[in-house]
Amino acid sequence: MTNLDHTTRRTFLSLTGGAATLVIVRPVDATTAMLSAAIRNVVGEANVRTGKVKLDIPPLVENGNTVPMTVSVTSPMTAGEYVKSIHVFNEKNPQPNVGNFYLGPRAGRAQISTRIRLADSQKVTAIARLSDDTFWSATADVVVTLAACTEEAI
Amino acid sequence: MPSALINVPKKAKRGDIIEIKTLMSHIMETGYRHTASGDVVPRDIITSFTCRFNGTEVFRADLFPAIAANPFITFFTTVTESGKFEFEWIGDKGFSETAQASITVE
Repeated sequence: MTNLDHTTRRTFLSLTGGAATLVIVRPVDATTAMLSAAIRNVVGEANVRTGKVKLDIPPLVENGNTVPMTVSVTSPMTAGEYVKSIHVFNEKNPQPNVGNFYLGPRAGRAQISTRIRLADSQKVTAIARLSDDTFWSATADVVVTLAACTEEAI
Repeated sequence: MPSALINVPKKAKRGDIIEIKTLMSHIMETGYRHTASGDVVPRDIITSFTCRFNGTEVFRADLFPAIAANPFITFFTTVTESGKFEFEWIGDKGFSETAQASITVE
């Protein structure tokens, strides 16, 4: 009798556990695929390395509707060596792109700031394209208490 | 009524790197929200921002719905001569706004 009880409890737990994983994993996979597709769109077949890029974004934000963000890239910004563009992506918004920013050697300093929307706690990635067509990236985790895009319009 | 806020230093020394701050009032409707009756609120965003100095493009950005309402963008540029910055925002539903700022370089 006790044996039977244990079996049913275990079966129940494994079943529900399995179902929960299925439900949760699917959409995450879908957005991760969208994110990598969006990144491939920009970098093509090139290798993206970590480094040179600094992504300043608060690790914990109360309001996902307006999150301040600064991206800076280590570069001398001379005619021979400069940052061509900075691309920002997110993981879980309905759309993976956040913004593309095009600079040139005369920018003097490879740094941009803006305010973004985050629909959920997620990773934000910034990728910089340098004048030698190499790609560098930085990623930050952001926890969002009040998500953007979810409230109803009036 | 759209309105722009531009922050450009009035004066700079030749070769200085200056910071430019821009803000354009705009709802930046994402196109992912629904009304109480379930209809999708159509997308209405600024899609492109450009800054030119004396006619030459110095900075450009493509914006997506993930940019917060009233897009605030700051960037840097090197000034070599006196002149005029022209800013242009283009978006959905025929949105098109411009603004200008002059700088004296000594």
